[in-house]
Amino acid sequence: MKIFRGRRLPIGMTVLMGIALLPGGCWKGTGESRKTLTFWAMGAESEAVRLLIPTFEREHPGIRVSVETLPWKGAHQKLLTAFAGGSTPDLCQLGNTWISEFAAVGALTPLGQMVKASSIVEQSDYFPGIWDTNVIGGALYGVPWYVDTRLLFYRKDLLEKAGFDHPPRTRAEWARQMAAIKAMAGPGRYAVLLPLNEFEPLVSFGLQQSGSMLREGGRYGNFESPGFKRALHFYGSIFRNGWAPLLTDADISNLWAEFAKGYFTFFLSGPWNLSELKANMPANLRNAWASAPLPGPNGPGASIAGGSSLVIFGASHHKKAAWQLIEFLSEPKVQSRFYQLVGDLPPRRTAWENSSLAGDPNASAFRVQLERAKPTPKVPEWQHIATEIGLIGERLAHGELTANQAARELDQRADAILAKRRWILDKKSQPLGKSGPAGHGLHVPPKGLTFCRSLDAG
Amino acid sequence: MNAPFAKIGINVLLTVAAALTLMPLFWMVSVSFMPSGATLSFPPPFLPSHPTLANYSRLFVYAGMGRYLLNSVLVASGITFFSLVFNVMAGYAFAKLRFAGRERIFQALLGALVIPSQVAMIPLFIMLKWMGLVNTYAGVMAPTLASVFGIFLVRQYARTLPDELLEAARIDGAGELRIFAQIVLPLLKPIIVTLTIFTFLASWNDFMWPLIVLTGQDHYTLPVALALLTREHVQDTEMMMAGSVITVLPVLLLFLALQRYYIQGLLAGSMKG
Amino acid sequence: MNKWYTAWLFLAPALIVLCVFFLVPVLAAFGLSLTDFDLYALADFHNLRFIALDNYLSLLRRPLFWSALRHTLYFVVAGMPLTIFASLGAALLLNSKLARCKSFFRTALFAPVVTTLVAVAVIWRYLFNARFGLVNYVLVSMGIHPVNWLGDPRWAMPTIILFAVWKNFGYNMIIFFAGLQSIPEELYEAARIDGASALAQFRHITLPMLRPTMLLVGILTMAGYFQLFAEPYVITEGGPLQSTVSVLYLMYSDAFKWWNLGVASAEAFVLFLLMFAVTVGFLRLMRRGERV
Repeated sequence: MKIFRGRRLPIGMTVLMGIALLPGGCWKGTGESRKTLTFWAMGAESEAVRLLIPTFEREHPGIRVSVETLPWKGAHQKLLTAFAGGSTPDLCQLGNTWISEFAAVGALTPLGQMVKASSIVEQSDYFPGIWDTNVIGGALYGVPWYVDTRLLFYRKDLLEKAGFDHPPRTRAEWARQMAAIKAMAGPGRYAVLLPLNEFEPLVSFGLQQSGSMLREGGRYGNFESPGFKRALHFYGSIFRNGWAPLLTDADISNLWAEFAKGYFTFFLSGPWNLSELKANMPANLRNAWASAPLPGPNGPGASIAGGSSLVIFGASHHKKAAWQLIEFLSEPKVQSRFYQLVGDLPPRRTAWENSSLAGDPNASAFRVQLERAKPTPKVPEWQHIATEIGLIGERLAHGELTANQAARELDQRADAILAKRRWILDKKSQPLGKSGPAGHGLHVPPKGLTFCRSLDAG
Repeated sequence: MNAPFAKIGINVLLTVAAALTLMPLFWMVSVSFMPSGATLSFPPPFLPSHPTLANYSRLFVYAGMGRYLLNSVLVASGITFFSLVFNVMAGYAFAKLRFAGRERIFQALLGALVIPSQVAMIPLFIMLKWMGLVNTYAGVMAPTLASVFGIFLVRQYARTLPDELLEAARIDGAGELRIFAQIVLPLLKPIIVTLTIFTFLASWNDFMWPLIVLTGQDHYTLPVALALLTREHVQDTEMMMAGSVITVLPVLLLFLALQRYYIQGLLAGSMKG
Repeated sequence: MNKWYTAWLFLAPALIVLCVFFLVPVLAAFGLSLTDFDLYALADFHNLRFIALDNYLSLLRRPLFWSALRHTLYFVVAGMPLTIFASLGAALLLNSKLARCKSFFRTALFAPVVTTLVAVAVIWRYLFNARFGLVNYVLVSMGIHPVNWLGDPRWAMPTIILFAVWKNFGYNMIIFFAGLQSIPEELYEAARIDGASALAQFRHITLPMLRPTMLLVGILTMAGYFQLFAEPYVITEGGPLQSTVSVLYLMYSDAFKWWNLGVASAEAFVLFLLMFAVTVGFLRLMRRGERV
């Protein structure tokens, strides 16, 4: 789901892991019945969190944590399967665009009460756009763990050679730069890399437009809106002009090596590449790259408010212990450590200001971008629709569809995917009269919503 | 036709065909010993210049390959054992015991062979959820614990056993279970060996159902783990080839050791079918 | 004489397994295909609707289903004859009295059959990589233009077909080989005395004698190829441009990725009906051929 995510252990972690695992390994419980929490985390995050767990287990002698790794690409499916098969973990890392889906089927425990009672998780310290992605139908279902947004990484030296001394600020400027770079690079090299199996770039372009991608409270697709059509048109033109190669990320065996070779000048990616690039770029190119906010239609634009949250599953028998782990992982000092380990940006201002991030010019581009981060539509079907956006984007890139055809096709597919949601919304709104739910959230409350009481009981 | 010329031609053709067939397997083994990133050089190397076991150790230490190997062994052995017991018993009953509706039931079973097993998978998943068997060894094994094909093989073979032998034992007062265990089973040994290797290979190599029903990595079998690892580690050619070697090697060795029985079973299952 | 229930005791374990884990689910699948069972219904049964044949009708209107059907048929129609051709060729070579080291060649040619599909599909993924794969390197060094095997929608399915032929031809080869050995040698001798050429012998003796084997091999291969799933799952993930999405791949994604279990059950049933119809048609065709 993400560009080149979690394929390698982040630098230093391999070394750290050996050291950090030692105390945890030696430490033994008192022999009394210890609760075992199962915690599913994804790719690199799961590796990093394994290093933090020993501290948590020392602080909470009654709790053991078993971390299981989900690969990013299969995570959404595996989590849904676990829910459908009744084998969910106690808590897990959940991409924040998935929260509405899992909340809608009643898989998650609402966390509002726990946050209210907590002295560690303070809502006011979090970036509001990110916090908001966890609120579905007025109820909170997750606590942001790290934030992620897409911005532009680029080769400063190549851009200068093509005659530009600053990164693009608007789409028009970006297009001019890409054309110049392509003309300079010739065949076999490209201006930008947009892997065809990822929907994030196109969704990011779509988010930059004023209109929403779904209409009528998430009942229908809104892809034929002029705004999204412009996004499609721009996306298609990048491929039509040969500025981007028609490749999936499977064809790029090593992103950093290709970036260093100048196979492409721009790529869109997330914050983890800050540390990856520092580690993987050859010495002579150490200062030859930079990051910049994603150029929008008329100036620096929005991007996806991505990232992951920590959630507790409704079926968990250890909700209190799971919440203690969430609190631990939300402590600013733990978050700074987590950033050092894996390069994921913390969602809390205190964690941000207390870490090396404060003085990093490349990270500041993310800070700027985060202020403009926009959530994707909060409907349970979003992941499916986003996947279709990726597939249609691929056909657009190959020239099989025009931007207008792509928009129509997307609306058709989205409307079909949302059919059941419309039926449920109508069913629910009927007894209430014609007012109907105006918001996005479609929430089927989990059965026996008594977790607060059971939580007190332990 | 000129005989020496034809002889050379035929053997050259066979050699080329065998080379083409074995080349991917050979490449897999060779690459699995190359250091990480070696295949990206140009021209792509065919033999490792500095052979290393690093890929294997990474797989076992970092990717949990040992666990997957163990899971595969457990699942394949479990399926093989239970399905052998069930199929042999049923196959023998269809061949040698008399009961009302024997032929009709057997025909119905054969008829069921036209239904692809994937049709059953979706409700099966829901059923296993109710039984609490999703993501368990029992869940992977359950649907393959008996197979029409296995019953058919045993029945065909058991029909060749002389009836007089069984009747004589009955007249001597032996119980049916004793007859089965002491007389029939030893006589069925060849088909049991064949069925064992067949079932073991099939369940080792099975992919779709384990992929569906195993939701947590603790229970992944090798093919499932390998398929998901490849999606995550596309760039790690060398490590993935080591994973392929680990997955393929056990069944390949088993086949080489017992290929006579395997091929007999293949022919028995298809010629008379 | 054994008692009436002993037979049932012997049958019970196998029949119970087959009933509970196959027969019941198949019937349930049909029932499921008449509903809109999905994630919402899985969470709360009140969200389940009986929708009769709507799933089937909407499949007929869904372009992706038709293209999945097309890809599956492409795979069957191209893959089956190629596999059979390769199998027959290999069996003829092996059967030749002039061939040496027969058992080695037999084992070598058969080896791919016993390998784990997923593991060898992973090999294919790398061998056919457009930029670093060995296959393109060989092509280029022979002066042939490299092919974007897995990235070009026109080439992805042929690559998978090539893989399937490589993986499966050994199986049919063994069956053909046994079939060839059961042809009485006298027939060939008589033909030779009549002065028939090798080609004429093949056409007038070998092929007609192999007819039943051919039918069997055809049906087995076809049934297997209709169930195309793991190859695209591992090698192409259904891409590029969904050009390798097969019916089963679609069923798998609809069912276990998006949890539209009703729709997916309908897809499984359509595949079953199609396989059934083609098998029956195939049998008819062969039988008519026999009478002529």
